[in-house]
Amino acid sequence: MGGRDATMVLLDENGIRCDGRKIDEPRKIMIRAGGLKNADGSAYIEFGDNKILVGVFGPRDVHPKHMSNTDTGILRVRYHMEPFSVDERKRPAPSRREIEISKVIKEALEPAVMLEKFPRTAVDVFIEVLQADGGTRCAALSAASVALADAGIPMRDMVAAIASGKVADTIILDVNNEEDQAGQADMPVGYMPNLKKITLLQLDGVLTSEEYKKCVTVGVEGCKLVYEIQKQALNDKYFGKKGD
Amino acid sequence: MASKTVLDELKRTQILELLEQGKRIDGRALDEPREIVIEVNAIPKANGSAKVRLGDTEVLCGVKIQPDKPFPDVGDKGIFMCTAELLPLSHPTVETGPPQAPVIELARVVDRGIRESHMVDVSQLVIEKDKSVVGVFADIVVIDYDGNLFDACSYAATAALLTSKSPKWTMVDDKVTIVDGEESKLPTTTIPVSVTMGKIGNHIVVDPNGDEWDSMDARVTITTDSDGNICALQKGGSDGFTLDEMVQCGETSIRVGKQIREKLKAAQEGVQ
Repeated sequence: MGGRDATMVLLDENGIRCDGRKIDEPRKIMIRAGGLKNADGSAYIEFGDNKILVGVFGPRDVHPKHMSNTDTGILRVRYHMEPFSVDERKRPAPSRREIEISKVIKEALEPAVMLEKFPRTAVDVFIEVLQADGGTRCAALSAASVALADAGIPMRDMVAAIASGKVADTIILDVNNEEDQAGQADMPVGYMPNLKKITLLQLDGVLTSEEYKKCVTVGVEGCKLVYEIQKQALNDKYFGKKGD
Repeated sequence: MASKTVLDELKRTQILELLEQGKRIDGRALDEPREIVIEVNAIPKANGSAKVRLGDTEVLCGVKIQPDKPFPDVGDKGIFMCTAELLPLSHPTVETGPPQAPVIELARVVDRGIRESHMVDVSQLVIEKDKSVVGVFADIVVIDYDGNLFDACSYAATAALLTSKSPKWTMVDDKVTIVDGEESKLPTTTIPVSVTMGKIGNHIVVDPNGDEWDSMDARVTITTDSDGNICALQKGGSDGFTLDEMVQCGETSIRVGKQIREKLKAAQEGVQ
């Protein structure tokens, strides 16, 4: 299940992390655009051991009606984890954590989506975490951007996301589950590389002002790596080698 | 799923006209289920899992096995529970929030089919009588909708349970403690298979697809076990069946169930 040892060394003397990565090396990332038949746009991401599916509907009529806005479209995001996605079975109803993450992801995506072009409508983003292993909000945000693009919704840029953090007094890229539990700081970063704007930033843990600067920088650089994989996923679907 | 529109009416007329000639809208025989693709161990972190595609319907089941308190009146039996949920990304009309009656029926029918077949041997899931037992939770989520969720969910749960590995627990100083490195197959006794049939006009079709599902007048889901016994049944929809039709449906469910059971066995043997 968890599999890895809780008493492991987070960073060894050669700068190798508990899962064999270097300090600035992300986990293996695979993104597929499309795949769902009924959704207007969709994406699937495997980010290390995270497995996340995103479906997008809209722009479409708003229900309940009072939520609609005559000046602009609205974006609604639901982040949800399956009961079997984590070690101990999660109760199916949405938790406070899931509600907060839904909100931060929504606010991270809003600057990217041209909602003002679709007044009185809603764009719904449904995120389903099938398997979680640390960093789900970043993986979910990256996949949601691809799903929105796959749905053909006009966007200013895609949001790419990855977490940086501090483990054994060292700033690292892409915090995994063990590092999140035992490390010193975790900082999820969402970034639009073309517009050079950070749209998601959270931090838990203690950093000096120098470390903070380094941590954000490492996160932003990581986002640029993720961005290339996002573009490749869309490229593969729409101009692809095999065809979808 | 949604309210009826003119297009739905036209589709129903077309489906009925084809059935009069003994044909189905997607070219299948009346008693022919759609292609079934089973991918077991889709979620390695779960104790067992399976992704099942039934035509264009796609569902995922993950099994979690963990210590739990027994129900007060059955302290000598473990717990088995099966849930089902329609994810909002599976269809444009699915809404978030508390489950509606059709989804509750779905979860209960799938749970009942597996429970009543006594597939999971709960008598072997006791850590200490009346104190601590093993709970087996099969949670199913619908990823893509194209009709007949009953069977797709049932096959996913069954395949996930058949390939589940259970950790072992014992009581040490009155505390439930995991025994390191010991894993065994989840004790199962039979392979239940549900077969859902839809009635459209006077015709009965096996495994209705999305269009057929929207056009049908009534349905029946019959679950059979490995011995060919019928162990659970649910009739739904606002029309009735004649006695002859119900008898016919029973026979069909045993015959078709047998073919599908072979696919589940193959999926199970694939991992061993």
